[in-house]
Amino acid sequence: MTDNSLAIRKFSDLANPTRFLALAARLLPWLIGATVLFFVAGLTLAFTTEGDYQQGETVRIMYIHVPAAWLSMMCYTVMAISALGTLVWRHPLADVSAKAAAPIGAAFTLMALITGSLWGKPMWGTWWVWDARLTSVFVLFLMYLGLIALNRAIDEPGKAAKLCAILILIGFVNIPIIKFSVEWWNTLHQPASVVRLDGPTIDPEFLRPLLVMAVAYTLLFFTLHIAAMRNEIWRRRVMALRRQAARSIDREA
Amino acid sequence: MSPHVAYVAASYAAAAVLILALIGWVFLDGRARRQELKKLEEAGVRRRSETKRTS
Repeated sequence: MTDNSLAIRKFSDLANPTRFLALAARLLPWLIGATVLFFVAGLTLAFTTEGDYQQGETVRIMYIHVPAAWLSMMCYTVMAISALGTLVWRHPLADVSAKAAAPIGAAFTLMALITGSLWGKPMWGTWWVWDARLTSVFVLFLMYLGLIALNRAIDEPGKAAKLCAILILIGFVNIPIIKFSVEWWNTLHQPASVVRLDGPTIDPEFLRPLLVMAVAYTLLFFTLHIAAMRNEIWRRRVMALRRQAARSIDREA
Repeated sequence: MSPHVAYVAASYAAAAVLILALIGWVFLDGRARRQELKKLEEAGVRRRSETKRTS
């Protein structure tokens, strides 16, 4: 029954970190290539399409602001699924996935906040308001920072994984709050105009570059996430090898 | 030229800085870990699974 081959035949084979490393090495060049292609196409579209008749040039901020905001929520969702993987299935890579995703999610959330602020000043006349959408996204940013800090504060990986997974799942309540904040409360932020039940209400002229940029951001996220997971596996391997070396020195002494 | 071009430029610059910082962090972290693993291997420290396979 011992299968030493590194082929991945079923999803559970990914639980083997060595298999994951082999898969990552195969996937990463393709992911990097696709990410670059989509960014080139998305940025070309973003600067060649027309400006909005009311917003003028500032509509171009949308192409980097909206995908960053989507990704900030998708990253947290990936972390929540990973947290379930840690607590329910005890999947050995689930905690690696959650830990690797947190800094990436924090960066995308910060990007959404900064670009949103730079869009708000010319269009709303203010950098910031404490409305439900902006506040809930700010809370998401703080949660990412808190999770990164908690994970690094606990030395024992198993204990850190369990505590972080519980906190991630508790914090997941914020994701639907962010999504529906613009409908539940009266916000300065506009309601959804792309992901809504009756279809997008945004002109195809703006929708096309937006969707291409969204794909580019998503590819970038998965490229970075897989590479960061690989780094985390290597980090744990280095720690294990150092412990092993220390033990063998003890035995020899 | 719209009077708001500076806001657009600043947004794209901020996004570019953040994305490049992320890529830089992941790349440098990976390189440092790879070097550590190489050093350990050169020092003769091997994973138990590997020593089993070679012997």
